[in-house]
Amino acid sequence: MTTQIALFGGVYSNYLALEAAITDARARGISDLYCLGDLGAFGPFPDRVFPILQRHNVQCIQGNYDDSIGNDLDNCQCGYTAERDNYYANISYLYTQQHTSADNKAFLRQLPRTRIIQVEQTQILLCHGSPRKLNEFLWESTSPDHFLEPFFSQHAVDVIAVTHTGIKWQRQLPSGLFVNVGVLGRPENDGTTNVWYTILEMSGSKTSVEFVPVEYDYQQLAQDMQNEQLPSEFIDTINTGWWTTCLEVLPQKERISGKH
Amino acid sequence: MPHSNNSVMGTTLPTISLSHLDELWFQVSGTLCNLTCNHCFISCSPTNNNFGFLSLAAVHASLQQSVTLGVKGYYFTGGEPFLNPEMTAILIATLKYGPATVLTNATVLKQDWIDALVAASRASRYSLEFRVSIDGFDAATNDPIRGAGTFARARAGVQQLVKAGFLPIITATRTWPQGNDRTVLANFIKTLKEAGYDRPRIKLLPALQIGAEIQRSRGYTDAQRVTSEMLDGFDNSQFVCEHARIVTDRGVHVCPILIEEPDSLLGTDLQQATQADYAITHGACLTCYQYGAICSNSSLGLTSGDS
Ligand code: SF4
Ligand code: SF4
Repeated sequence: MTTQIALFGGVYSNYLALEAAITDARARGISDLYCLGDLGAFGPFPDRVFPILQRHNVQCIQGNYDDSIGNDLDNCQCGYTAERDNYYANISYLYTQQHTSADNKAFLRQLPRTRIIQVEQTQILLCHGSPRKLNEFLWESTSPDHFLEPFFSQHAVDVIAVTHTGIKWQRQLPSGLFVNVGVLGRPENDGTTNVWYTILEMSGSKTSVEFVPVEYDYQQLAQDMQNEQLPSEFIDTINTGWWTTCLEVLPQKERISGKH
Repeated sequence: MPHSNNSVMGTTLPTISLSHLDELWFQVSGTLCNLTCNHCFISCSPTNNNFGFLSLAAVHASLQQSVTLGVKGYYFTGGEPFLNPEMTAILIATLKYGPATVLTNATVLKQDWIDALVAASRASRYSLEFRVSIDGFDAATNDPIRGAGTFARARAGVQQLVKAGFLPIITATRTWPQGNDRTVLANFIKTLKEAGYDRPRIKLLPALQIGAEIQRSRGYTDAQRVTSEMLDGFDNSQFVCEHARIVTDRGVHVCPILIEEPDSLLGTDLQQATQADYAITHGACLTCYQYGAICSNSSLGLTSGDS
């Protein structure tokens, strides 16, 4: 038997991209949908993503943002270290905190941090940053094979899926398949306006990965963000596909391929 | 987590255990440097042979050992790493294992080394980072600290790196009042952009009041220490010694800052040195406590993009 599942990374309040990704996955006949956390951040109207997730039974785990918003912590725990990055992160955090309902905060609070699911004969670990830390950045260019390998045996899984960085990548290792599923919340710093989600296909004991580009009404999102008076730097990212903030955590390889 | 079983005369010492060896550092040029900066926290100079070079073979042995320890990234420091004749080969070898960062003053870089590193960096899936220390945004502010003519030479080094496609992280040690950070940073950005580096990455570092810095400003007083109470509820991952070790030609030490302290040497074997706890009782430990993450690549505090 062959089974496909869809994995969504950070949604960052991008309800339009979330809907588009779900529609795409459904059109492919995929019934099991998962989200790896960070439902809010960056985008407008944070409450809008919750009914969509619930209506389509998207199974979520908790990201750092969800932990922060759900528990009313004083910052987003995104892990930025630069003052400018934190300045912008704080603007979206306060906005998201103020515009997330008490019920939705309660929903965020109870989300599991990690989840292991079995699909066919494959054990899949879903987590947000890394298997060991909610907000660890696992970039392709700073994650050596021997650093990733032990996680498979520690958790007794064949596949590990993470998000948090905003840029998708995958690597087949001797112990299993590692995949960063990318994010739905914002484009991935490549000058295109689409966002990405990931399909895993399990066939017997084999797993393959498909990264799926998602076109959505980004102009509407940009308009919403403008109406909500979110920073113009964020809107630029939606309109151009280039990151304008949160750049200082990027390693050389990921940074040089962007514009800013 | 700190262990609190370490005590002297009834006082519990603040002690840090390694959680995981994320960063493996190499004192690759020992204490030998072509410069003699007056704030250098290990007093490096052209004549300081306290610590010697690490050979490619020695680094390679540690790299191999690091695989079983699951190391996440490799860091090379000195002195000036590029005085080590095998430095380029060492970085090329390292990029087969994982991401590499080299801390250089960028005054001795040769174009053929850079060309070889560009090729190795392209061939590797891992990032190669250059961290370039410059301590002022012009000759008038930099050269009194780093030596006559060093600003112009470092600027030329940065230009070489940028031209080759690297985005060097410029690190500047704070030798000005902290309140001036924004002005200093704005001046750095202006200078670097004028030099052709249009999206500079900059990291401002606190001065460590050890080594040559003791003469330039002052050392730590006996009261300037981390206490075990201060670690209550503190995020210990802010300390480099919580996730790093450094290899020198003498063995494996607790962190890149304290190699000259006799108690920093934790053994000759990497595996053994990862198991040793360390009492963070030195003055410099207080700077780590106050500023956190001072050895990491990601920018600390004010950075290039600050408006
Ligand atoms: S601060 Fe760096 S460049 Fe200056 S003497 Fe020390 S090691 Fe050399
Ligand atoms: S100087 Fe910093 S990194 Fe080194 S032992 Fe002290 S606290 Fe740890």
